Amino acid sequence: MVEKETSYLNKAEEFIQMFKKGEEFTKDILRENEKLRFRVAQLEETVERSGDEARTKLYDERIRLLELELNSLKDKFIEVEEENKDFASKYLGVEEENNNLANLYVASYQLHSTLDFSEVLRIVVEIVINLIGAEQFAVMLIDDKTNDLIAVATEGIHASETLRIKIGEGIIGRVTKEGESYFAEDLSVMHDFNAFEPIVCIPLKIKEHVIGVISIYKLLTQKSGFTNVDYELFNLLAGHAATAIFSSRLYTQSERKLTTIQGFLDLLKDKPKR
Amino acid sequence: MPNILVVEDSPTMRQLISFAMKRISNSRVIEATDGVDALKKLSSDTIDLILCDINMPVMDGLKLVSLVRGNPTFKDIPIIMVTTEGAEEDRKRAIAIGANAYLPKPIQTQELIKMVNTYLGGSGS
Repeated sequence: MVEKETSYLNKAEEFIQMFKKGEEFTKDILRENEKLRFRVAQLEETVERSGDEARTKLYDERIRLLELELNSLKDKFIEVEEENKDFASKYLGVEEENNNLANLYVASYQLHSTLDFSEVLRIVVEIVINLIGAEQFAVMLIDDKTNDLIAVATEGIHASETLRIKIGEGIIGRVTKEGESYFAEDLSVMHDFNAFEPIVCIPLKIKEHVIGVISIYKLLTQKSGFTNVDYELFNLLAGHAATAIFSSRLYTQSERKLTTIQGFLDLLKDKPKR
Repeated sequence: MPNILVVEDSPTMRQLISFAMKRISNSRVIEATDGVDALKKLSSDTIDLILCDINMPVMDGLKLVSLVRGNPTFKDIPIIMVTTEGAEEDRKRAIAIGANAYLPKPIQTQELIKMVNTYLGGSGS
């Protein structure tokens, strides 16, 4: 009975010991688990931190690239803007050139559109008024008989006011003699009309042979000075107007002579035979 | 297609203005040599804008403007005066009679095109 009791007690002691060991073991496991959890948490934190840094680095790099791209685009924009400005100013230049050429074309076309002397003079007057903007001027030609300059067309002044001018005399005579255009230094100073003092005098030349001049005495109120196209027009008038005036005068004279000769021939034909 | 009536006694100016008007897309230029001729063209064509000189034989530009403004059929047609008369009083007189705009000669083609486009309601060429 005692033996049995002792055996039970031993077994109980064993069981208690085992239980204690089990408890110890469980505690160890729990401690280990705690450590592992802590370690996992640490690792997770490290991973997270390193992920943020990598992302930040990536973003920084992207920002740097975008900034570079932005700067390059800005530079390109400035470049294109400059180019645009350049094209715009070139376009305006071409437009102006185009308009000037149209003026010159029209003037030239009109000058050579007729062989009638008075019609050619009318066209010269129209060009000087409408395209150049002159208010008072005279077209003067060298008279074959006297070799003086006389007005054949005027605007804003009476032909008698222009007088006869001898070649070499005053501004007009000198322009006729030398064949070089004259432009007064200050166009804004408008004097009272003086036949000898034009503000512009253009020789009408066929090659180097001067046949007359265009003398401008006053510009229209709204015309303050000359532009490039005005000088082109003066050059055109110097050559084309001279040719048109010269050829139309010859044509008119030959027409007149032809009519006279025809009249004589008709008279001879009609003469009754004896 | 806008029809532009150019009233001008000078063939040189008529040709020059017609040249400039060709730069306005689809426009058609009808030419008249004086005020009376212009009234005939107004009756036979549908006109969208008139470019008119002042000093012309038979009927001058100012008389034409007053007749156009007095006619119920034509009174709303825009009129631009293109003239050698550059004084301020001339401009005021033309505007008072009924002209919409006043452009002194010698004309700057670009300015003329811009003005015509403005009255035709275009954007410019």
